Amino acid sequence: MFETQLVMHEEDFQKILVVIQRLVRDANSKGIFVVDKNGQLISEAGELEGIDSTSLASLTAGCIAATGGLAKIVGEEEFPIHFHQGQRDNLHITLVGSRIILVVVFDERSSLGLVRLRVKKAGAELARIFEDIEQKAKLEAASGSSPFAEITDDDIDNLFSD
Amino acid sequence: MSFINYSSREINCKIVFYGPGLCGKTTNLQHIYAKTNPDLKGKMISLATETERTLFFDFLPLALGQIRGFKTRFHLYTVPGQVFYDASRKLILKGVDGVVFVADSQIERMEANIESLENLQINLKEQGYELDKVPYVIQYNKRDLPNAASLDEMRRVLNPMRAPDFEACATVGKGVFETLKAVAKGVLTDLKKMGR
Repeated sequence: MFETQLVMHEEDFQKILVVIQRLVRDANSKGIFVVDKNGQLISEAGELEGIDSTSLASLTAGCIAATGGLAKIVGEEEFPIHFHQGQRDNLHITLVGSRIILVVVFDERSSLGLVRLRVKKAGAELARIFEDIEQKAKLEAASGSSPFAEITDDDIDNLFSD
Repeated sequence: MSFINYSSREINCKIVFYGPGLCGKTTNLQHIYAKTNPDLKGKMISLATETERTLFFDFLPLALGQIRGFKTRFHLYTVPGQVFYDASRKLILKGVDGVVFVADSQIERMEANIESLENLQINLKEQGYELDKVPYVIQYNKRDLPNAASLDEMRRVLNPMRAPDFEACATVGKGVFETLKAVAKGVLTDLKKMGR
């Protein structure tokens, strides 16, 4: 059935930020993006802040989805690591757990080997954080606590009053 | 699958425009893009062939305003309508929060509408969704064409579930925002129900 809704609280957001800010330094990268497999941007760090990260997130998810489809055709479950090499900048994309994508943008100041090494450790940390988030979301869903239970029809209508 | 971010106080939802090839899904998004205040929209991305047929998807991020202190952001996607792109359609439907089915009103496209609607139901089912449980609206597009089937006929064939439906002419924008508002409303109402 439905996956659990992704709900991000401030403390979890901060935990993710700490991991990716450290990864930016450890991997000598230009920028890091954490993206949901459905194309939602979750967090970002590094000197690329300010670029069109919404599009980046959507296209990354599309790319992962397409290669995931390819993987199944050749009998693989997933292709969990992708590397795109450009003239100046490169992209290293990794699947973390079942629903998160970690994108590292790096140039000649770093190397594929270093990025791979650092991503391995950071990816494991992120996977643990997202497992916690998912558990919390399940508990919250079961207890029925949500700020949106209080939304009225008027609130929704007001959104569309031009 | 909506994403609720307490840190940035945002709700993000995904809406997919589905329908047969050349029914006007991309045209809907282009109109929304053209008519939306630049502060409220992001860049529109179209992954299309050289002949401007959608190859993978179109994507348009849109902000609709605040609800209870949360910014509501909608990510609009279209699927490629051509029959042989089914693998891509399945991928784009993943995590969908609301669906718009864009039907082509031309009488000779009725078969294509039916085929696409069946395909939508099959692809949703594969992911554990039922069309009657997902926020869903229908748009009868190209109402201005002389060979358009009657509204009664379109409704009878394509909307037995009596989902909210709208007549449209997406090339001039008629009915486009009405459709978008209806599906967005459906998604938010669903979110409210889930919170109960």
